[in-house]
Amino acid sequence: MNVMLIDYGAGNVTSVERALARLGARSQRSHSPECIAGAEALLLPGVGHYAALIRALDERALRAPLLDALGRGIPFLGVCLGLQALYATSEEAPELSGLDLLPGSVRSLPATVKLPHMGWNQLKLSRPSRLLEGVPAEAYFYFAHSFAATNFNSEAVALSNHGADFAAVIEKQNIFAVQFHPEKSGEPGAQLLQNFLRLAA
Amino acid sequence: MSLAHRIIPCLDTDGARVVKGVNFMGLRDAGDPVALATRYNAEGADELVVLDIAASRDRRPTFLETIRRVAAELAIPLTAGGGIRTLDDARSVIRAGADKVTVNTAAVTRPALISELSREFGAQAVVLAIDAKRVNDHWDVMVRGGRDSANRDALVWGQQGVELGAGEILLTSVDRDGTQLGFDMPLTSAVSRAVSVPVIASGGAKLPEHFAQIFSEGAADAALAASIFHDHVQSIRELKQYLSARNIEVRLPC
Repeated sequence: MNVMLIDYGAGNVTSVERALARLGARSQRSHSPECIAGAEALLLPGVGHYAALIRALDERALRAPLLDALGRGIPFLGVCLGLQALYATSEEAPELSGLDLLPGSVRSLPATVKLPHMGWNQLKLSRPSRLLEGVPAEAYFYFAHSFAATNFNSEAVALSNHGADFAAVIEKQNIFAVQFHPEKSGEPGAQLLQNFLRLAA
Repeated sequence: MSLAHRIIPCLDTDGARVVKGVNFMGLRDAGDPVALATRYNAEGADELVVLDIAASRDRRPTFLETIRRVAAELAIPLTAGGGIRTLDDARSVIRAGADKVTVNTAAVTRPALISELSREFGAQAVVLAIDAKRVNDHWDVMVRGGRDSANRDALVWGQQGVELGAGEILLTSVDRDGTQLGFDMPLTSAVSRAVSVPVIASGGAKLPEHFAQIFSEGAADAALAASIFHDHVQSIRELKQYLSARNIEVRLPC
């Protein structure tokens, strides 16, 4: 199996690529609608500004093939902004429309805590998770973000907290997403990516 | 469940090798950056900072190659800096595999650099490095490796940097750097309480209690040190066990 990394010109593609390579997985970068339409598995990385990701999806005409692939059951993993993009809207760019695949929305974390939420934090499992299989319950993952899905639904299988609870791990049929960076989260991050590869195979 | 305090080893390099020395005088070799990075990754470091302290134009390709080699070995975040003056400088460092860049003197000279980097990479990728030195009742920002005063208040500069788009502050006490007398508590605490972003304390660490104090009373979100880790004065693993036993939240290595 070959994982298609959606390369929209920003973000952490190289780190994700390296993390997959360490696991012996094959991956390929692409920003062409045809490649996304024909992918066996998709990974949407992203870090930075929500608007940059959403605009790039539309400017490169990737939205339709991506939604179509997800509708056909192609396994998908969103990382950081790749999770936030699954909601209809984000407070970071209220004028733009997200992919609208999950109920809820992305909002700023409260100003009562230091932002960005930067560093290693733990998860709180809401229900059994396929992505987190074999990951110790007390494991830490690396986060770097100021916005999060604080308005989430039952698709959030694990939450984290920084001033407020937010969706840290999403699982909905073939759609998986994490707010943290598994590619930067040491051993637990590698285990999670390995789980995704197994689920996608 | 809460955000863990981070322990960050720092590799000062001449581009290719890790070096140690004061004020660029009598630099001595302290090892291979990739070997040290691999060791710290395994010992439970939460992040790694790699700085080019020579920051000369002709050594730049060597430094970028060092970042590439280090990044390839790491499964934790990597911050790189030293001599970043333009958006292009930052872009090449991030393309080489760094997750964040630090800016220091160039941002003091031209604060708009912070906004440019923040717009391009996001605030989480922009670390404002401030070298501060006590002068009477306040702290002055120092530039050019801590040698010259910028005649600017460190607290005010920190707040301005955050407004411009910095997502983190790497705060070095020029007074404490190299002394091993402990972190600068009044400085760190004052800056940490004055800004809304995480603060990394740097300069003066030796003992585990220095780290415990800077996290509790000093309100630091992360603590950085170099030679005590390189020289095996302090192991990251034991340091974290010490902190955890004192109820300071840290990510314990497996």
